[in-house]
Amino acid sequence: MQKRKISIKNLASKQIIIPLAALLLLVIFNLINDYTFFSIEWGQNAAGGSILTGSIISILDEASELAILAIGMTLVTAASGGQDISVGAGIAITGSATLKIIFNPNFGEGTAVILAILMAVLAGVICGAFNGVLVSAFKIPPMVATLILFTAGRSIGSWILGGGNDNATNGIFLKIGQYIPGIPIPTTILVTAVVIILFALIFKFTNLKLYMQAVGINSQSSRLNGLNPTMIKFLSFVILGICVGICGVLNTSRIGTINHSSCAKDIEMDAILAVALGGNALSGGKFSVTGAILGAYIIQFLQKTLYKIQVPASALYAFKAVVVIVLVIFSAPVVRESISRNWKKLTSKKSSKEVA
Amino acid sequence: MNKVLELKNIHKSFPGVLALQGVDFTLREGEIHALMGENGAGKSTLIKVITGVYTKDEGTISLNGKEVSIKSPQDAQKVGISTVYQEITLCPNLSVAENMYIGRTKSAVQNWGKMNEDADKILQSLDIPAKATQQLGTCSIAVQQMVAIARAVDMDCKVLILDEPTSSLDEQEVAKLFKLMRDLKARGVGIIFVTHFMDQVYEVSDRITVLRDGKLVGEYTVAELPRVQLVSKMLGKDLDDMADIKSEAPESQVADSAKVIEAVNLSSDQGIKPFDFYINKGEVNGFTGLLGSGRSECVRAIFGADRVTSGVVKKNGKEIKIKKPLDAMKAGIGYLPEDRKIDGIVGDLSVRDNIILALQVMKGFFKPFTKAEANKFADEYIKLLGIKTASADTPIKSLSGGNQQKCILARWLLTNPEYLILDEPTRGIDVGTKIDIQKLVLKLASEGMSVTFISSETDEMLRTCSRLVVMRDRKVVGELKGDDLNQTMIMNTIAGGASDAEA
Repeated sequence: MQKRKISIKNLASKQIIIPLAALLLLVIFNLINDYTFFSIEWGQNAAGGSILTGSIISILDEASELAILAIGMTLVTAASGGQDISVGAGIAITGSATLKIIFNPNFGEGTAVILAILMAVLAGVICGAFNGVLVSAFKIPPMVATLILFTAGRSIGSWILGGGNDNATNGIFLKIGQYIPGIPIPTTILVTAVVIILFALIFKFTNLKLYMQAVGINSQSSRLNGLNPTMIKFLSFVILGICVGICGVLNTSRIGTINHSSCAKDIEMDAILAVALGGNALSGGKFSVTGAILGAYIIQFLQKTLYKIQVPASALYAFKAVVVIVLVIFSAPVVRESISRNWKKLTSKKSSKEVA
Repeated sequence: MNKVLELKNIHKSFPGVLALQGVDFTLREGEIHALMGENGAGKSTLIKVITGVYTKDEGTISLNGKEVSIKSPQDAQKVGISTVYQEITLCPNLSVAENMYIGRTKSAVQNWGKMNEDADKILQSLDIPAKATQQLGTCSIAVQQMVAIARAVDMDCKVLILDEPTSSLDEQEVAKLFKLMRDLKARGVGIIFVTHFMDQVYEVSDRITVLRDGKLVGEYTVAELPRVQLVSKMLGKDLDDMADIKSEAPESQVADSAKVIEAVNLSSDQGIKPFDFYINKGEVNGFTGLLGSGRSECVRAIFGADRVTSGVVKKNGKEIKIKKPLDAMKAGIGYLPEDRKIDGIVGDLSVRDNIILALQVMKGFFKPFTKAEANKFADEYIKLLGIKTASADTPIKSLSGGNQQKCILARWLLTNPEYLILDEPTRGIDVGTKIDIQKLVLKLASEGMSVTFISSETDEMLRTCSRLVVMRDRKVVGELKGDDLNQTMIMNTIAGGASDAEA
């Protein structure tokens, strides 16, 4: 009995329980509403290849950028105690950098793609480094520091590309955002999986998590333990920059062009939301990347569900807001603690009744 | 005497910890009742149950014979239980009177004149040297403490809880506070007094209740419980231990061996005058001086915690570059900082992560310890230092102060330093742990580690150190060793007496 009580308590106090519960609720809701939501069928794409289709596939596909951003955003949140609101504009920059290379007729298709990816990541790193220096060295609050690129990013993107915004015809490039022949799922899902695995490996084989948490919780004491808090905060922004670079490639390769004013619009807010939904404190410190990634997929799942039940497009955001409020309240540490406390009381009462 | 407050069979548990197990406590009218126990014995929990910060799991609280239910600090105030905490919880930027009446006016309109008059009357009647209109921040800490008490008294309290009220006061201020306490006692207020200072308990209290490990040890009148017995009751063991330390002559370690660490003309951006310093292998020395005399700044300069502006540090005669703490750590120096909360613990991280942190950082970014290794280290030191924690996974912030300090100590011992700096390692922790730490320091030294020990308690320094560097006004003013190592010489040197010439 004692053992069971403890395990329930542990589960209830674990960060991950809220996003998992939210996901479960969404799944159940859709099962009841229309179970065909989960059906996955063979279909054909424009190129005539057979592919898998279904809502789940498209959720996984469309949430790719958000999931990748959520990882970087979690690290920035943890180490700096603030958020980067320039990631959407950052994608406009890195996406433009990508297309700049792709549109360059001097490169062969393969070379162009490799160069474009490198260029996008480089552009992302530069953006991240810019934000990182402002936050870590100049001690400007992250929200204010990143406001600069938030404002300027989309213009910078269109300046990079100049007048050359066209439709990409590079076949290899378009396969990144669409399908590789012979593989029935969107390439973006594969890319996201690779990124997630890469980060899992980084967390396993380096001290990134320990360092970022220590700096986020108590940077003074971290310094006296030999850490360099400035460097670590800076690093978190650079890592997010790399994520932004990857997202720039994914985003532009989906349709082979970019619309500077609307690409990845509001994605920064969804990324921050994903971090919060994962049960992470937005004031920094301890974090769970798994939670944030899950959060990203939940947001996309929710959006899809709302489309499915035919919420009018104009009302979509209001519906989303309601659900988000509930989720965020439940994943707030205060609420989580009281739930786990009450849960414990309930179970202990039950057990005493059983004894009686 | 009437029983004002009676607690029976109080139980309170937290995840993994039984903080209170069937504790009884009785407070009578017009008495000062000391609540004693080591850190983690349950004093704070008991206080928080009485004041409604925590809700009890079991048991009854009665006030003047009637059972009351206290669910929040507001409830506690309503029934006449007031608390003054160690840290002053008033607003320094408001006036004294405003602080006394804040949150207590019932009408929307405030009669400022009357409020100030009333406040002055109370201050006068309690003989508190402050004016109603004075800004609270301009009063000394002791007076602020008294204003907090005045506020509590004016709210017609029957029970006044003083939680470590004297920890930041000097002797005169303590005397004033005691006078106030006696006045209140004469008016029939029951006072619960929580403190670590044994002298003060015997000076002012009528009765003592001792807790240990969340259980009641007993209630005694001061007369029937001599000090030695009190300590042994708190620790739950006979007290040969104290004697042990005293008998060990510090001189025994004075061997003229090589200087392990030497600082020449060192100074930092924290405003200390350049100083010279050395420590031999296996030696324990210390910095002494008044608070703010620059003791901590000196050791921080050696460790590279502040920006060094001049001078060099040598290890075994060779100059080493220390620009940041990591350089010092790599040179085999460990530093337990003065302020545990701000500079020491990483609150939300587990005990395990806190213990391995320094060693992990030294080992490098790309070489994390495996879970098994980390657990091994943590378990080893939890056992070695007797750290009381539910598990190695528990966040360090939920441990008591003494146990947090042991974790930080474990962190540095794990790095196996040649030179360990302990800056106020015993501040705010209980007698038992203090003795443990002092013993450990001597043991480490006998194994060849060099230790610098800083403490505000001269007793402790005399017991452990074989050489003392004396500081005054951010300057090293003397060095004492051998026969000069005694209270009077230290006082004289600090005050600038006879031995000043040595500087």
